[in-house]
Amino acid sequence: MPPLLPNLTSRILIPVQLIAEDLVIDRGSRRVIEGLSFTVRRGEALVLTGANGIGKTTLLRTLAGFIRPFRGSVRLDGGDPELSVGEQAHAIGHTNAVKTSLTVLENATFWNAYLGSDTPSHGRVEAALRHFGLEELGEFPAAYLSAGQKRRLGLSRLLVAHRPLWLLDEPTASLDTASSERLVAAVNAYTETGGIAVIATHLPLGLERAQTLDLAAQRMAA
Amino acid sequence: MTGVWALLHRDLRLAVREGGAIGTALGFFLIVVSLMPLGLGPDLNLLARIAAGVLWIALLLAALLSLNRIFEADYEDGTLDVLATGPLPLELVSAIKALAHWITTGIPLAILAPVLGILLNLDLNAYPVLVGTTLVGTPAVSFLGAVGAALTMKTRRGGLLLALIVLPLYVPTLIFGISAVSASAGPSGAGSSFLILAAVSLVTMVLGPVAAAAALRIQIQ
Repeated sequence: MPPLLPNLTSRILIPVQLIAEDLVIDRGSRRVIEGLSFTVRRGEALVLTGANGIGKTTLLRTLAGFIRPFRGSVRLDGGDPELSVGEQAHAIGHTNAVKTSLTVLENATFWNAYLGSDTPSHGRVEAALRHFGLEELGEFPAAYLSAGQKRRLGLSRLLVAHRPLWLLDEPTASLDTASSERLVAAVNAYTETGGIAVIATHLPLGLERAQTLDLAAQRMAA
Repeated sequence: MTGVWALLHRDLRLAVREGGAIGTALGFFLIVVSLMPLGLGPDLNLLARIAAGVLWIALLLAALLSLNRIFEADYEDGTLDVLATGPLPLELVSAIKALAHWITTGIPLAILAPVLGILLNLDLNAYPVLVGTTLVGTPAVSFLGAVGAALTMKTRRGGLLLALIVLPLYVPTLIFGISAVSASAGPSGAGSSFLILAAVSLVTMVLGPVAAAAALRIQIQ
């Protein structure tokens, strides 16, 4: 039987590009980003590089909407006009958002129910945990995970609910080589299907369809 | 709607798993109230007269102990960023977290209050009113407390600062809570005080989450 009313929450809106225009960002009375503009089209990844303290985290948190820029704007062309950019993004910073008194599965199930509330699905949670090699640890309390395993659990959030934009801040921190490759595979598969990713990193990750933005060079030019 | 249940369910589950907050609040409540007869002497008439006030003050202080964890834990492990980019507005997130705090702290304290009333020789007729007022009054404790918790989220050992911020705001709840219990023995009954107490709780349930969300937006930067 077809639904009587169209399901408004399942509208499929595929953003075309992420646009940052003339961003000026201050942190604690210090100007961190000066006049930065860039565009990331769908299916592309943008890799942010630059020394510590150059403003990678600040820029990512601004894109996610946590920090209000002094000037300039961030928008997602073709996205859902009722949602902010942050509400259409997975923002993963230095912390993993893992609750240590819940099990691995409970953590992932919560994100799935909370973030993807129109499509709660057990299969999706299992697939995400499997991708990051955590399927054996489902009933394991997250408190006993190693730092790398916690990071992998934190990253599995990317896969438990769909968001058109990924903002990753040094996602490979405390990951071993094999896990980093799994992450790169996840990002490549994501951009392949039209996702947009912005990733701050110090390591050459070998991402496909990626352009690089060197914040140090940008600062020199500004 | 799934998000609301998911968050409430997770917060309740965390409170039960971590356990400490509920236990500490109940233990503190018990200790403070049982110290009173020891300090004031076994004058039953005096104890009966001050019982309502002692119970309410001890209850407020006990509820304060766990307030700072409402947002702090989620801020420290980064969950707050996830909640802020989730489908629910921060106002609703604050309201759900305050509600979870009420369920895990306010309700247990309200249930314990009449038991402790025995220690203070509380008038038998006042028991139903005591349970009623503590149940109706404690939402104000949690929802106002959420504002203070959001403001002091990043402060190391912010517990004392939190107490300084929210305790003055508890004055209306305290006054009308006590006067409802005291008046229940008198000729006019507890009616009007009880209604004002309920009104205070309802107002805080609307305004508290809005203020807490505004504080969170500033703190999250």
